Amino acid sequence: MQALYAQLLVGLINGSFYALLSLGLAVIFGMLNIINFAHGALYMMGAFCAYFLLSLTGLGYWWALIVAPIVVGIFGMVLERTLLKWLTGLDHLYGLLLTFGIALIVQGVFQNYFGSSGLPYAIPDELKGGMNLGFMFLPVYRGWVVVFSLIVCIATWFLIEKTQLGAYLRAATENPTLVRAFGINVPRMITLTYGLGVGLAALAGVLSAPINQVRPLMGADLIIVVFAVVVIGGMGSIMGSIITGFALGVIEGLTKYFYPEASNTVVFVLMVLVLLVKPTGLTGRAA
Amino acid sequence: MSALTDDTLPITQHAMRDEMIVFALMAVLLAAVPFSGIYPFFVMQALCFALVACAFNLLIGYGGLLSFGHAMFLGTAGYCSAHALKVWGLEPTLGILVGTAAACLLAVITGYISIRRQGIYFSMITLALSQLLYFIYLQTPFTHGEDGIQGIPQGKMLGFLDLSKPTILYYVVMVGFLAGFLLIFRTINSPFGEVLKAIRENEPRAISLGYKTDQYKLLAFILSGTIAGFAGALKVFVAQNASLTDVHWSMSGEIVLMTLVGGLGTVFGPVVGAFVIIAMQQYLAGFGQWVTVIQGGIFVACVLLFRRGLVGEIAHLLKRSL
Repeated sequence: MQALYAQLLVGLINGSFYALLSLGLAVIFGMLNIINFAHGALYMMGAFCAYFLLSLTGLGYWWALIVAPIVVGIFGMVLERTLLKWLTGLDHLYGLLLTFGIALIVQGVFQNYFGSSGLPYAIPDELKGGMNLGFMFLPVYRGWVVVFSLIVCIATWFLIEKTQLGAYLRAATENPTLVRAFGINVPRMITLTYGLGVGLAALAGVLSAPINQVRPLMGADLIIVVFAVVVIGGMGSIMGSIITGFALGVIEGLTKYFYPEASNTVVFVLMVLVLLVKPTGLTGRAA
Repeated sequence: MSALTDDTLPITQHAMRDEMIVFALMAVLLAAVPFSGIYPFFVMQALCFALVACAFNLLIGYGGLLSFGHAMFLGTAGYCSAHALKVWGLEPTLGILVGTAAACLLAVITGYISIRRQGIYFSMITLALSQLLYFIYLQTPFTHGEDGIQGIPQGKMLGFLDLSKPTILYYVVMVGFLAGFLLIFRTINSPFGEVLKAIRENEPRAISLGYKTDQYKLLAFILSGTIAGFAGALKVFVAQNASLTDVHWSMSGEIVLMTLVGGLGTVFGPVVGAFVIIAMQQYLAGFGQWVTVIQGGIFVACVLLFRRGLVGEIAHLLKRSL
């Protein structure tokens, strides 16, 4: 039973990364009509940012949690302003190709300087150790990742669904021309949206640094799983992305316990099943 | 919304003739390679990738479907051919047949699944399916995991073509490539190809005209996957191994890159693109991961600066269809 709970926890943690990343992908897709293939690379940059902050300036985990999303978010906004904005009016597929190229560049540069092996990043002192919950032993850091990710996801949902800014954002997703006619600076909103999505990816990167080590290719395989998550959940709804992300993480964790051989394929198999039963995805509208 | 290949030239009466002339030229050039002193291994490798890229181009350039998982056909056919040749000891022709049939079967299944969504989702689904296969091949015993299947015997094709002789192998690969290329060329210019283009331009309209577009797309997908598999089976004789590299997503990316560099939706673009990218990999082999960075740079440059690709630009200059 202990092992089952442990795998469930690992599943929840992976689920929080899926949720944070697919949330960012959905927000970016809504505004820019681009599937951001560079999302995995930017997630990796978030983790490296935390590593650099600690090794170069001595700023620890808590600073990284704030600084890394901002730095990577700004990097993302620069990318949007210099490269992605030229894609307006072109086929969606060009966005995929361009961001794939960006991912190759970023990952290649990091691989050149840091090889393919992992760099260690220590768990902050405040979150070390564990708690005995009676039925299982809970490492504090892992519990923190799940709770904090959930809070960030819900905050993002609140920002987009319940605030004035979110209302502009949703309106601009539906009809950018009309929203511009109301005097709202849509191009700036697009840039900020990309920055927000990328910042969420970087935040996930910082959270994962103490668990998964910091590696140049840490996001490369992850992004493909997240694509499958997005296909399953559809990109129409923010809450849908969050729930699908966490749910698939848990299912993956359960698979690790009951049939470990299938643990890295289960998400893809589920994607196939969903496509066969409900081609539009669980929450999605027809594309 | 402009489609990926919307600035291809209108098809003129001379299009077919122009393309046949270039094809004949290409065939003569390729046939002359063994006498030119060019390293035949390089050309053979490029030809195999060129055929995969052409198969990929059939989907994207004429059907509007961007598959980000074409490495799965290349790799599956490679593994199956390699297994048939090495473990079952089959004759080379049969070995190729086994690999191609396996790719065809895979294309039927994956096509049936992925064709259910369009556009960007189609790309993500094909990518996820190929990653699924990657993990399966990583775990099943017959692929030998990280080692791959090595030391594959080349054998005597049809009893008299000794494939261990580079010149003979070269001509076999060349004939295979030209045959695959002609099949794609014929498909593009057939009534079936015309319907595909109609679907690419305006799918709802094609549906309203009574075409069952899903069936056309599925058939195009199967054809593309099978030809890509055929190329993968040929590649086994050249490389004499089958490994995980051929099923990895980065290989799918390279196939996309070759076609993009040469020109999406052009007949000869994928061939040119494959030669450019393979040559680049050969010359830059000593630069380690910078090759990845350069490839990424080419992606960015192609998308932002010249979306028509090399052949597409030339075709525009000459106002010909190539």
